[in-house]
Amino acid sequence: MSILIDKNTRLIVQGITGRDGGFHTVKMKAYGTNIVGGTSPGKAGENVEGIPVFNTVRDAMEETEANTSVIFVPAPFAKDAMMEAADAGVKLIICITEGVPTLDVVEAYRYIKIKGANLIGPNCPGLISPDKSMVGIMPTMIFKQGSTGVISRSGTLTYEVVYNLTSNGMGQSTAVGVGGDPIVGLYYQELLEMFQNDPETDSIALIGEIGGDAEERAAEYIKKHVTKPVAVFIAGQQAPPGKQMGHAGAIISSGSGTAAEKIAAFEAVGVPVAKEPSQIPDLLKSRL
Amino acid sequence: MKIHEYQARELLASYGLPVDKAYICRNVDDAVRAYHELDAPLVVVKAQVHTGGRGKAGGVKLAKDEIELRQHAANILGMDIKGFIVDRVLVVKAVNIASEYYVSYVIDRKSKSTILMLSREGGMDIEEVAHNTPEKIHKIVIDPLIGVPDYLAREAAFKLFDDIKQVREATSIFQKLYKLFVDTDASLAEINPLVLTEEGQIKAIDAKMTFDDNALYRHPKIAALFEPTEEEKKEQNAKSKGFSYVHLGGAIGCMVNGAGLAMATMDMIKLYGGEPANFLDIGGSSNPTKVIEAMKLLLSDKNVKVVLINIFGGITRCDDVARGLLEAFNQIKTDIPIVIRLTGTNEKEGRELLQGTKFHLAETMGEAGRKAVELAVSY
Repeated sequence: MSILIDKNTRLIVQGITGRDGGFHTVKMKAYGTNIVGGTSPGKAGENVEGIPVFNTVRDAMEETEANTSVIFVPAPFAKDAMMEAADAGVKLIICITEGVPTLDVVEAYRYIKIKGANLIGPNCPGLISPDKSMVGIMPTMIFKQGSTGVISRSGTLTYEVVYNLTSNGMGQSTAVGVGGDPIVGLYYQELLEMFQNDPETDSIALIGEIGGDAEERAAEYIKKHVTKPVAVFIAGQQAPPGKQMGHAGAIISSGSGTAAEKIAAFEAVGVPVAKEPSQIPDLLKSRL
Repeated sequence: MKIHEYQARELLASYGLPVDKAYICRNVDDAVRAYHELDAPLVVVKAQVHTGGRGKAGGVKLAKDEIELRQHAANILGMDIKGFIVDRVLVVKAVNIASEYYVSYVIDRKSKSTILMLSREGGMDIEEVAHNTPEKIHKIVIDPLIGVPDYLAREAAFKLFDDIKQVREATSIFQKLYKLFVDTDASLAEINPLVLTEEGQIKAIDAKMTFDDNALYRHPKIAALFEPTEEEKKEQNAKSKGFSYVHLGGAIGCMVNGAGLAMATMDMIKLYGGEPANFLDIGGSSNPTKVIEAMKLLLSDKNVKVVLINIFGGITRCDDVARGLLEAFNQIKTDIPIVIRLTGTNEKEGRELLQGTKFHLAETMGEAGRKAVELAVSY
């Protein structure tokens, strides 16, 4: 098994005729992701790599019975795209777009919840269940099917950790990039729960960074509900306060959200924190 | 993005919130003119800087006559508050405060929504109140699809006021402030303190607003209020080239693809006993022009003695990255040692291309960190 996406995933690509949407559609399809359609208003009837294009998500849903959508539209249109997907009945919405205004995400997130769907992102690399499905922009060649679940706020740092896992013979059940914005959809707690309940996941790598207190809350959650081994890496120990470190959400504000606090929170509940990303495989192996 | 108190007050006033007329003054003569215009027995002179703790730093003073006003204005103008030089002061009538309250709308990561934060402990550092007496802070989660209806604003107002007339006034204040927050894509709209005067009026005495950088494209009037520091100018210049850059001050310049990996790289340098000069995320792709621009940025920092390039080759393969680096460094003249760590797709091919060049090559992040630190010490 895996979480969220697998061979049953039927994906539509919102913004399939755009530069990024088109490029990554080719990559996802080549990996074996079942892409059943795409949308681009005014371009119904066209196709991208043989994938039919529809004007609206509702049209695409009626024709294809998709269950998942991935959004590549520019930031000013991302809120509308997320809400359109939720309204049309898509149950898992992944928004790759970077730079979406926070209040747009707040509104779209609320609407998606009301519709009973889940959101991943925005400002995320997407997710992958190796050898089954990849939705997003992840470099598929570094992943290997296996039983470590990966949750991360970052893109390349996820790849760094995954690369270390794979080189150490530890494949992944599913790897999820939750996104680097202050407000994003599925986060540590929900994903930890899914991995804990997934029989094919036997260990979890959690990659956090400065900003907010989600890592502290994740530590509490692990203490209470997660029995599988978890290893953590936290980026940004050297980040100065008040400065945004690339990701909109990676900022120490009013002295809170520091790496030191997060590391202390995990150590306090007995979850090991790696000093460098390459230590993650050993930290997990020693606890399996 | 931050704005000054006086700019926040103007925004509040334009939404019908109760703020007293104030004057913004850039010199003592202006302040004296403002004093006479106000014609009040007591006025306040307040430094306008993009940082908190103005009061503690001596940047907020009461004046009861022209002599005092001149003294305070002269002292505060030019004052250094946490590295910010005061070039403007606000002059406003002092009020007779009966009680002080805290009110703000802020983005809350936990509830993934906007929250209304309230406290009867106004006028103080709210983080301290939250830390020491969290029970004195009320948090109300706002449903973005509904906003702040009358009943919710009234419920909130009853948390601060007991008199129904005051509750009605506060209800309207909370609704107007929320509208301002949403209309301007703010990430914080704070009134601290909101006061009840001896005369029974409710007034905003100080205001603070910050805005979502990602939404500034749809608020040109607010974007125009941006007053970058020298450091922010450099960061903004980097941003226009597609980079995220933050200056840190050490000797080891870093060039990395991806924000998380860039943070991890600077942490690594510190772990091995060095000091990172900067955070720099150059984003994806192996474009040589990008590398050249990034090197220019790093070398403009005279403290940089070593450059560490840490690239994870994902969709852009390591051999393409290596070719891009070779091409870029054909055009860059520098004696500074360069440590390169390439990993990911086609890493062997990438490393082979860099063998026998002047670069110091490393396989792991740890090795790269150690090498960079050694070179920085010996260089």
